[in-house]
Order: sequence, then structure tokens, then C-alpha cells
Amino acid sequence: MSDQSIRCECGHLNKEGTILCEACGKPIEGNQHIDGNDEKHVLEMRYEGSARRSQTYKRTFVDKTWAFFSSVKVGVWLIVITVVLSALGTVYPQEQFKNSPLPSSQFYVEEYGLTGQIFYQLGFHNMYSSWWYITLVALIGVSIIIASIDRYVPLRRALNNQKTKRHEVFVKRQRLVSKDNELNEDGVNKLKENLKSRRYKVYEDDGHVMAEKNRFSRWGPYVNHIGLIIILLASIFRMFEVMHVDDYVWVREGETRVIPSTNQEYYVENTGFVYEEYDPETQQQFSRALEDVDEPVPKNFQTNAVIYRTTEETLPGQEPELEEVTRGEIRLNQPVTFDGYALYQAGTQLEAEYDSMSFDVQLNDEVLGEFTFYSDEAPPEFHLEESDIMVSVDDWYPELEFTENGPSSFSKFPRNPGLIFSVENPDTGDSERFFYLQEDIIPLSEDNELVMNVTGVDRRSASGLTVKKDNTLPLFGLGAGIFMIGVVQGLYWYHRRVWIHPKGEGVYHIGVHTNKNWYGMKQELEKITEDTNVQEFEDQQELK
Amino acid sequence: MDKKKKRLIFRSIVLAILAGTLVFVLIVNAGSERPSLQEGVEAPNFKLDRLDQEGESIELHDLRGQGVMVNFWATYCEPCKEEMPYMDQLYEEYQDQGIEIVAVSVDRNESVINNFYNRLDLTFPSTHDRNNTVMELYEVVNLPASFFIRPDGTIERIVRGPVTLESLEGYFNEIRPQ
Repeated sequence: MSDQSIRCECGHLNKEGTILCEACGKPIEGNQHIDGNDEKHVLEMRYEGSARRSQTYKRTFVDKTWAFFSSVKVGVWLIVITVVLSALGTVYPQEQFKNSPLPSSQFYVEEYGLTGQIFYQLGFHNMYSSWWYITLVALIGVSIIIASIDRYVPLRRALNNQKTKRHEVFVKRQRLVSKDNELNEDGVNKLKENLKSRRYKVYEDDGHVMAEKNRFSRWGPYVNHIGLIIILLASIFRMFEVMHVDDYVWVREGETRVIPSTNQEYYVENTGFVYEEYDPETQQQFSRALEDVDEPVPKNFQTNAVIYRTTEETLPGQEPELEEVTRGEIRLNQPVTFDGYALYQAGTQLEAEYDSMSFDVQLNDEVLGEFTFYSDEAPPEFHLEESDIMVSVDDWYPELEFTENGPSSFSKFPRNPGLIFSVENPDTGDSERFFYLQEDIIPLSEDNELVMNVTGVDRRSASGLTVKKDNTLPLFGLGAGIFMIGVVQGLYWYHRRVWIHPKGEGVYHIGVHTNKNWYGMKQELEKITEDTNVQEFEDQQELK
Repeated sequence: MDKKKKRLIFRSIVLAILAGTLVFVLIVNAGSERPSLQEGVEAPNFKLDRLDQEGESIELHDLRGQGVMVNFWATYCEPCKEEMPYMDQLYEEYQDQGIEIVAVSVDRNESVINNFYNRLDLTFPSTHDRNNTVMELYEVVNLPASFFIRPDGTIERIVRGPVTLESLEGYFNEIRPQ
């Protein structure tokens, strides 16, 4: 079959698959089943009865693919599937938030049982960056684009090609009609005048009158689809580090760490962590509220931070030269920002580590000297100058635990420090050994004459900061803005048309179409027909 | 007809652009998860201060021409400590054949590294990755991890987990200069 056009009796050449003649609106024989006009009296006016090509040509593979994505039904199903899957992905935490040293293959089944295992095996633990989820979202985008092209083009054609002079059948089969009105010339003029005052554009051809307003409302859906496509593009851009960064770094008090996802360019120093609680004594206004709470109520988590930038590229492993970029106090929802990045307060290990432990050494109630062990430096020995005694650190276990092989350290972080000291007894010259653990000293021999005491400990907090950069937000804003313009355009204005069709001898049919809000249309018609003897309009919509 | 052909071309182009975009996005997405360090690529350069020789440092680039084993370890990692004696045992034999070992400790304190080194009397170079920058550069998450680098500077083999005496000897033979 070749591309067959259909010539209407009005002379207009229509595309194959046209349902209502683009020019005069006469239903084209043989195509009425497409919009269901063969079973109803009122004509289906969506897309003006134009030939949606996707519903017509289905010969090649490309045409079939096109037709598939053009279908609104397919689009709705894609959205429903994506929505349901997106919801299921939130049932258990995603892999990156599972917060457990267990590998995912064990974590989900041990934490949540059978359903957890199903969740993991279906790949839902990594849903939002999985290839099939991205493909689903992309297919929605494809569906939006193709469906829009496939409807916008023929609709615009039909609206541009419409003639003032319509076929009688077209006018009489509109939903709102008033048939067989006997109007004189003044009556018709009064109608036109009323239409003009209602801001209709009035066209005339050979006694036929068409009045139309707010055609731009029909483009609303296509405008908001453009907005949606921009939003989808913005979400694609989020995959690139240039546009979007979301990372996490732990910084201990006094520590300077490289900020991840910045190409080793930026460093953050934690110069102090502040934790405050609500105090019923000093803040009387909270005392009543705090009476009912057993746990202290936190008021502030704050990191005093300094941001540095490397001045020149250094080889990895070498200490870089740093220059200060900015400094500030990071509190919840009050980030420090620099060069497009923002650091947010996101986690705390409150006083979880030991920064330093101070000791003194005594012999016969006489203090021989004092020293402080800083966990970051962990020097191998101390010299007590007062008495010229050497204290050597035989072993240092930042996070002490006892294994089959004796004491050992579980990690490098001083969360539960253990130390073994050897101190030389100045009287005997013997070496006496002591074990520090849990803020206490245990002599390792009963013969020890020296006495060691813990004189103080200093703890420190670790602060968890999220690193954020999002250059895609303006694009999301633009997309959302365009989307809203489309919504407003399509919802707050209505495309309305009135056809006055002369049957001859002063008898007129009047047909009316609006794309939505028929109630408003009826009210407007009362004003349009004011001071004329047009009969009441009949609503031909069949009740289902 | 001409029109029909035009329509087919238009639809094909639109579909091709959309499919291309999808493939591109999927590739970018997959690439963000796969570690970029693989066998066959050039090992990233680094320069670390030596703990066993005061004031000296070691730069990977300077070791071109030798087969290099870069071993990431820590004193709180038991399997790391178990493979150290094997490395030391083979080092004596293979050093003359052009094999170098760089042990990179990711501990916090130098003293714990030195204590362990001295206790076992290890002879190969000891370095300290103070800020874990080299560890992150090599995308090491779990310890131990060893990278065997050919004389031309490319990675021959990545071993995540401990090595045995026998396997280690095999790896050394793979990267030994001819």
C-alpha cells in the first residue's frame, strides 16, 4: 500500500488515517472506529480528529517502535512500574546506607530474614543506580518525547488547516448544539458582537461564522513535557562529578583530611567540635518540656572547620602545601561553602577517642615526673627531666583487645587505648613494667616499687561531614518552571470555538466546542446569546 | 513515496538519538562503579618517606626497570602480619634478580610500624601512608592488598587478600626483569 491521501468533498486533501476532515470537519468514512465515533453521536474532538500517524502506519520496525512509545497506555504503565519499584527500593536501606561491616550478601538476610534475601537477590539493594532502573526512567523519557511529537505535529496541522466553513454534520455532532435557529441579520450581528466582546476572534466565510479563543491553551501539555525532559536531562547530569558530588568524610578534632571527590584539591581541618544540650537550669523556658525526657536533649552539633586548598600539585604520599580558603562553624543545616562545594554536619562520634593520657611516676610518695602520651604522636619513649628517668613505651594498642596471641589492636583508632610502659627504677636500676588500660594502671609485677598514676585523660570527638556540590539545581529549577508554565497554560485557559452554520433561509445551526470546563462554556453561552432569539443549547453528551 | 521516506528517516534519527543517550548514560553509570585500576594499566605514581632509613624517600617511578611489589598493610591486620615473613624470606633471594618490595603501612602511628618491623627484623623498605592518600589512589578497601608491577610500570597482578610463600614466588617470577 502506498501513502494514500483522502480527498474530502470540500476539496481538502487529508492524510491517511484522518478521522475528521482537517478543513471542514466532515467525518471521513471508514475511519470512524479509530476514535469510536461510529458508536456515539457526539464527535471525539481530541487532536481534532487528525491522523495520529502512530496509529496508522505500522509497517517497518522503526514505525512499530515509534507506535509503541507513542501510546499513552504504554507511558502510563511505565510510570506505574517505576513508581512501584521506586517505593519497593525504600523498604530496606540501600547498600550505601546499610552502615554495617557485613557484606551485602549477608547483611540483608541476617538483618531482615527471607524478605531481606529476596530484596538483595532481586538487586533492590542497589536500585537507583542499577542499569534496569535507569533504563526504565529513560524509557519514560522516550515515551514522553515520542508521544509529544506524535500528537503535537498533527494537532497543529489540523488547527492551522481548519476552515471557517464546516460541514453540517460536524456542527450538529458537537456536544453543545442549538439547531434550527431563525435569525435575521441583526441577530447574527449581535451574536458576532457578543463573541467579540468575549474576546473571541471571529472569522467569516460565505455566511459561515467561526469564533475561536485561547488556542494556545492546547499547547500546555507539550510545554510541560519539555519541562519534564529538562528535568530528566538534569538527572543525567547528576552522574558527572563536575555537576554533582555527594560524599562523606570523618575528621577528628585536630585532624586535617583531604575532602573526597575534589581530586585531592581541598582539605578540611577540624579545629574543635562543640556539643551542647538543652539545660533546664539555665534555660527556664525549656524546663517544663525537659521534665518528661530522661535522655539529655542535644541542642547543637558543631564543627569548627578550616578549609584549605593545595597550592601546587604534589605527588600522592607527599604532604601538600596548603593555603587557607575559608573557615567557619558547621552546624546542622548551616554548611560551610567554598568554590561550589558545601560541607554539612552529618555525624558524630562523641568523645569516642582518646586524644591524650597523662601520667605521673612516684617512688615512696615522691613524684619523679609527669608526662603526657598523645595518641596521634605515640612517641616510643619519654624522658622525665626532673629525675632523669626514661619511660619507654613497649607497646601501644590504639583499640585494645585480647586474642589468642595476647593483647593486640583491633584498629588504628584510639577508642580503647592500651599501653605497656617500662620505667627504670633509679634506686635499683631495674626496669619495672606497667600496663595502662581503661584509664587505670596495672603493675605487671608485684615487686614493682615505683607507682604510676593516671592524672588525666583528654577525649576527642570525630565529626562526620557530607560533601555536596550540585550544579544541576538551576536546571531542575528551569525544568520545573517550564513544567508549571505548561500546567497553567493548559489549566487556566480553555480553547473554545463556536460555529454558526447557515442552513439557508435564515435558519442557523450553532455548534460549540471547548476542550474542558463545559459548565463554564454553558455560562458563557448565555452571555453570548443575550438579546438574541437563539434557542437553548442542548448537551448531547450521552450518559454512560 | 518521498514523504514516507522522510518520515522513516526522521523517526529513525529520533529513536537513534534517544537510544544513544540511554547507552551513554548506562556506560557512564557502570563506569562510576568499576575500579579504574586494572591489571595491564600503568600503576599510579607515589612518593613516600621511608621509615627504615631516616630522611630517605621512595618514589615508584624511580623503580622502573625493576619488578615491584607494593603491599598495603597495617599492624591491626592479622593476615597482613602473617604474610610479612614470606615477603622477607623471598626478598633476600629475589632482590638480586631485580625485584623490589615497598611495604605501605596505613597505620596512624609510626611507632607501631617500627615496633613490628624491628621485632621481625624485616629488611625491605618500610613506608608510612600517613593520610591514606596512596591507599585511596590504589582503591584499596580491605587489607592486605598487593600490587605486582612489571619493569615497564604497568600492573601485572592485583592480589586482594593474603599471599602464601608459593604463590608469592610465582608472582615474583611473573614480574622479574628478563
